[in-house]
Amino acid sequence: MERIDTYPTHSFEGYKLRFGRPSPFGATVVPGGINFSIFSRNATYCVLVLFEKGAKKPFVEIPFRGMFEKVGTREPVWSDFRIGNVWTITVFDIDYESVEYAFRMDGPGGKAQRGAPAYHRFDPTTFLLDPYAKAIGGRDVWGKQPDWSEPYQHRGRIIYDDFDWESSTRPEIPMEDLVIYEMHVRGFTRDPSSGVRHPGTFSAIREKIPYLKSLGVNCVELMPIYEFDEFENSRLNEETGELLMNYWGYSTIGFFAPKAGFAATGKSGDGTMVADELKSLVKELHDNGIEVMLDVVFNHTAEGNEHGSTISFRGIDNSTYYILTPDGYYYNFSGTGNTLNCNNPIVRSMVLDALRYWAAEYHIDGFRFDLAAILGRDQWGAPMANPPLLEALAYDPILGKCKLIAEAWDAGGLYQVGSFPAYGRWAEWNGKYRDGMRKFLKGEPGTVGDIAQRVQGSPDLYLARGTTASINFITCHDGFTLMDLVSYDGKHNEANGENNNDGGNDNDSWNGGAEGPTDNPEIRALRRRQIKNAVTIMMASQGVPMILMGDEFGHSQSGNNNAYCHDTPLSWLDWAQAETNEDLVRFFSNRIAFRHEHPALRRREHPTNRDIVGSGYADISWHGTRAWNADWSPFSRTLAFLLCGKHAVRRGGSDDYIYVAMNTHWEDHEFELPGLPDSRQWRVSANTAMPSPEDCFDPGAEPLAANQSSFLVGARSVVVLVGR
Amino acid sequence: MAFEASLEMTEGGIAKVTLVGELDGSNAADFRTTVEEAASKNCKRLVLMLGGLDYIASAGIRVLVFARQKMGGGVEIFAISPTPQVNETIEMTGMHYSLRVLPEYDAAVVETF
Repeated sequence: MERIDTYPTHSFEGYKLRFGRPSPFGATVVPGGINFSIFSRNATYCVLVLFEKGAKKPFVEIPFRGMFEKVGTREPVWSDFRIGNVWTITVFDIDYESVEYAFRMDGPGGKAQRGAPAYHRFDPTTFLLDPYAKAIGGRDVWGKQPDWSEPYQHRGRIIYDDFDWESSTRPEIPMEDLVIYEMHVRGFTRDPSSGVRHPGTFSAIREKIPYLKSLGVNCVELMPIYEFDEFENSRLNEETGELLMNYWGYSTIGFFAPKAGFAATGKSGDGTMVADELKSLVKELHDNGIEVMLDVVFNHTAEGNEHGSTISFRGIDNSTYYILTPDGYYYNFSGTGNTLNCNNPIVRSMVLDALRYWAAEYHIDGFRFDLAAILGRDQWGAPMANPPLLEALAYDPILGKCKLIAEAWDAGGLYQVGSFPAYGRWAEWNGKYRDGMRKFLKGEPGTVGDIAQRVQGSPDLYLARGTTASINFITCHDGFTLMDLVSYDGKHNEANGENNNDGGNDNDSWNGGAEGPTDNPEIRALRRRQIKNAVTIMMASQGVPMILMGDEFGHSQSGNNNAYCHDTPLSWLDWAQAETNEDLVRFFSNRIAFRHEHPALRRREHPTNRDIVGSGYADISWHGTRAWNADWSPFSRTLAFLLCGKHAVRRGGSDDYIYVAMNTHWEDHEFELPGLPDSRQWRVSANTAMPSPEDCFDPGAEPLAANQSSFLVGARSVVVLVGR
Repeated sequence: MAFEASLEMTEGGIAKVTLVGELDGSNAADFRTTVEEAASKNCKRLVLMLGGLDYIASAGIRVLVFARQKMGGGVEIFAISPTPQVNETIEMTGMHYSLRVLPEYDAAVVETF
């Protein structure tokens, strides 16, 4: 049966149409044509503008209100294709592949001058991008200079939403089992050393799936892939001549469209194909047991402040989409010019619609929310106790199995690590894990108490929420890479063209004795050891570990801790290092395999520090150079912990005993080993003081420790033993 | 550029469809009709001769998916001598898992059951 309302009733300049359907918003392929639907509470007039793909001038502009002709009789008729605050129309006989669409809107307030505050920013001469556009043209090929004379820069496209997922299923990996790999889609393979056919694209990641599998990660977190403009605020570095771009892309143009410039198929100008390429990547990652998380930016948009440009939201309903001061200035809690009004019910619905769309149509497994504290601010910017958006996301039926991860702070001073409204769902990037671990690793005194919390999954922060609320990381895209963390005392951001004033100063980094590259073999060895120490502790910590791409082979950004603007080898992974630093890759993959092997490391609940199964051992016990006697004094730089394998209750109640000894002191220390029950013996899983390949051993092939009663832990080294 | 899809059935039950021109949303329905015709003749193999196909849009990819579904698991689908551009599109959209791409027509492969 076909619907009985799929025929045109009206015509306008020869184009046949009818009153559309208000849901869903956006442009939707329907029998016979395309349905358009757009919200504006304040617009008084709206026009649908249709272009041939890439054309500067539209081929038709269809008003949503005015004089039309009746189909058949050609009788003039006044019509208003609007219901409530939604303008909707179905246009027949247009080919979804070959058109691009925009809206023009007018409303109260008159034209706002650039730079001047305004409550409304209607301008009927501006072509507006649909906030629900599922594909966006105009930046189809990364880095291709835009035609700035083009009045419509970011062009709404229509896609066919189907995809044949065949029998592919979502992995739905339990949160505690995840090992997350944070990556930039372009930087991951853009360098020719990647050896892929289409460097820097979604399709290229597919070629690297065997690498990801051998490394052992089971979740990739993609830095922003929503359409953004790499030319936003682009500028030449006068000293180097480098074109500085918006490389990271934390500046959304459309929340429903994948970045065309990240697709090898982008050059086709076919939005459906771009979507297919990304879906095809997700499918193959899933088929290989790897989840896909998106880093999503809902705290602000690319439209900037009063001085910014009108692309979409501002010209559609400025006062709905943005948090404004009473004078009509943009609040700037994001540090980037504007703040999306996330707890306005309209905007909240849009955010929900977008996430549901990505979960349902792209099979995305989870989301990391950039500056998520903003999502908990009310329409006037004040933090709320019970933010409706965060609650709605947590209880959403379609997002019911998605991982939700907050970057629990914003640029307006709201810092919610440990207190982000969680509703039993939300996890957080644990900034305190990063900071504490960095201080401990470089040997700062007074840190062992803090580290004891961190390796337990930060019960001081998340006791009621469990270990999986804590995303443990030491490095991420924002800040030093791991190699730079151990190679530089200070940031070196001169290449960013801001006199080294940008980027954080609280890096807690240590260069080991020389700033930057050095030939000193001792310093070089120390740095490698520090890298191994970091990953060893992280993989042995309760909570969810996250690795920054390239850290596993020592990727350096030459000390730049804010590489957002470099589309150069500074940011691109150099895959030759995967071979020259093969020992690091091997070590990372060994530690990840170790984590996967041992359920005792992946508890869902925090350790209780008590024996609750009658094994004679607490689930976690604390040790030092003397067994059962941790040194908690202020100048202590040694700490060891023992996980009792019989407490891995949820996973069948048996695992090896795991002992981790950490010595961040500059001298060797002999650690007395706690005794093992039954006839178990200590075996060496990892010892970062040893050169490769004696630095780690495959699970199941760990050699017996020569001395079962004590172990010499080298200066600034970590040792992991398994007792079985 | 015009698009043509022509069907030729061999005695061995091989449906050979030759595609010429540019396959996009405006003509994907013609290709779909040809696939349906081949399916109705209970072919054992579907062989797409792509040497003369200059371009394939997402609408064309969708007909390939449709063909895969329509033919069922027992019918192998071959894509013969696609141009580099078409081959790239097939790969990047993941279609190369659903059909077998051969650089040229190889009777030993295509006609051996």
